[in-house]
Amino acid sequence: MAELKVDVKGETCPVPLVEMRKALRKASPGEIVEVVGTHPASKKEIPMAVESLGLELVDVEEKDGVWRIRIRK
Amino acid sequence: MKRFIIWGEKMVDEIKKPDKATIIVHSGDMDKLYSALIISNGALSMGMEASLYFTFWGLQRLQKGGLEKGPLSKMHLLGLGKWMIKGRMKKANVAPLERLIKDFRELGGKVIACEMTMEIMGVDKKDLNQDLIDEYGAVGTYIQEARDSKITLFI
Repeated sequence: MAELKVDVKGETCPVPLVEMRKALRKASPGEIVEVVGTHPASKKEIPMAVESLGLELVDVEEKDGVWRIRIRK
Repeated sequence: MKRFIIWGEKMVDEIKKPDKATIIVHSGDMDKLYSALIISNGALSMGMEASLYFTFWGLQRLQKGGLEKGPLSKMHLLGLGKWMIKGRMKKANVAPLERLIKDFRELGGKVIACEMTMEIMGVDKKDLNQDLIDEYGAVGTYIQEARDSKITLFI
């Protein structure tokens, strides 16, 4: 399955959430969207958005202040 | 909002109507426009519907080239305060209003312009940036939007 990548490193509120949503709208069902960023609040808020959108949070990891969140549409 | 459809005796399906946020943008101040656009973009990103109802000083921001022209609500200091805040925003990599309103519309957000304000302020449709406006309305349009909304704000 194809994977869509969204790089929001250095971006601040509300850009990470907005870019995540834009990518998810473009993705086809079953496709994985990977969001990579540094904004601390978004690491908590993207999973909240995924839940309210009724989608699957695949995993969340963080290394040296850069988080990577994978979502399945 | 969850709604159940009863088919005969049996509950067969559940339709989920998205929650909605409706914001009145009364102020034309730059910082308040940021609040309105950040909140509404957040709502859209989290699966809600959103509409922005521009009235009074807020409507002036929909005039051609007017989006970024608003003063700061406090400490404007004849533009010096705004210039300082803009510098800090740039440093913090805050997205410009132009980008936020473009994202808002791309995610399906609706921009409504108040017709009565247009009359009061002598603003004609041709003075407004048509690319940003989805519809023109009055109080009935706002109530219609707001009565189904989980979030409604006056900014």
